[in-house]
Amino acid sequence: MTQPPAPPPGSVPHPRPRSRRDLFVAFTLLALQGFGGVLPVVQREMVERRRWMTQEDFVEEWAVAQTMPGPNVVNLSIVIGNRYFGVSGALAALAGMLLVPSLVVLALATVYAQFSDNPRVAGALRGMGAVTAGMIAATGIKLAATLTRHPLPLPVTATLAGLAIVALAALRLPMPGVLAVVGGIGCVLTWRRLTP
Amino acid sequence: MSGDLHIVLTWHDWIDLFAHYMVLSLMSVGGAIATTGEMHRYLVEQHGWLTQQQFTDAIAIAQAAPGPNVLFVALIGWTVGLNAGSYLAAVLGVIVTMVGIMLPSSVIVLLAASWGQRNRELRAVRAFKQGMAPLVIGMLISTGIVLGGANRDPANEWPLYIVSVLAAVILWRTRIHLLWLLGAGALVGALGWL
Repeated sequence: MTQPPAPPPGSVPHPRPRSRRDLFVAFTLLALQGFGGVLPVVQREMVERRRWMTQEDFVEEWAVAQTMPGPNVVNLSIVIGNRYFGVSGALAALAGMLLVPSLVVLALATVYAQFSDNPRVAGALRGMGAVTAGMIAATGIKLAATLTRHPLPLPVTATLAGLAIVALAALRLPMPGVLAVVGGIGCVLTWRRLTP
Repeated sequence: MSGDLHIVLTWHDWIDLFAHYMVLSLMSVGGAIATTGEMHRYLVEQHGWLTQQQFTDAIAIAQAAPGPNVLFVALIGWTVGLNAGSYLAAVLGVIVTMVGIMLPSSVIVLLAASWGQRNRELRAVRAFKQGMAPLVIGMLISTGIVLGGANRDPANEWPLYIVSVLAAVILWRTRIHLLWLLGAGALVGALGWL
C-alpha cells in the first residue's frame, strides 16, 4: 500500500492527511473531545475545520458506517482512514479513535468511586448529556443542507428523512427494520434517477 | 465501581468470553450499544461475572467520558478482570472484550469500504451511498431527540430540554468550539439548575 488511492471525486481540491501519523493524531484529538458522542466532533473536524471531506462525502461515508455491523463512529474512522491510505490508514484512524481514549476511560473509572455520590458531579453529567443530545441533533440538521443537492427532489428526500424521524423517535421502531425500509426506498428511487 | 465480587476465570472462560464478543460484533448493526441487552444477559445473569451495579456504572462512565461509547466494552472487560482478582487479569479482560467486539465488524467494514472505493462509479454504489442520505440525516436527528428525552419526566425536567434545544441551535448557527458548549452544560448542571 505505498500508492494511496486517488483523491475522492470533486472539482474543488481538498486538503488531505499527509501521513498515517497525521490521521492517528487527528482521530486521537477528536475522540478526546467527544463527551457522550464523537460523531458531531468527527463532522466538525473532518468537514468544517480540516476540510478533508465535503458534507456530501461525509453523509455518503456515514451511510456505509451505519449499515455495517460495529460501533458506527469507529466504523466511520475505518472508512475515512481507508479512503486516504488503504488498510494501514484504516488501522491508524482506528487506533487513534480507541487507544488513548480507552486509557482515559479506565483512569476515570478508577477515580469515579470517590465522586459518584457528589450531587454536583451528577448534575454536571446531566448537563453534559443534555448538550450532547442537542449536538447530535444539530449535526443532523447541518447535514440536511446536502439534501438540496441530492439527485432526488427535495420534497422526496425531506419526506424520507421525516419518515425516519417519526419511525425512530416517535414510534421507537427497531433500527434494522427502519434502515431496510426507508433506506431501501431511498436507494431504489435514487438508482432510478441516476444515469447508468 | 465497587469490587465486591470475587470470581475465578479459567482459560476456557476467557475463550468463551472472546467468542461471545465476536458474535456480538457481528450482531451490532446500529452500534455496540444495541447489544447491551445480550451482554447483560450473558455477563450478569448467566455467568455472574459482573454485578448489576458494575454493569450500569460501566455504561454511565463510558457515556460521560471522552471517546466513542463503545469504550464501555473496555470498561466491562476491565471490571470482569478486576473481579477475577488482579490488574493483569483486568488488562487481559480489556484486550479480550475489545478485540472481540472490534475484529469481525472492522474486517467487514474494511472489505465493504475498499470494495466501494474501487467501484465508486458503479450506478448501484452511487445509488446506495446517496439513497441512504435522507435516512442517515433523519436517524441523527432522531438520536438527538431520543437522547434528549430518554427516561425523563417532562413535567420536572424541562430545563434539560431547554439546554438541549439551545445547544442544538447554537451549534447549528455558530462555529463555537464544542468544548465550550459542553463546559457550559457541565457548569449549569453542577450549579444545580438541572
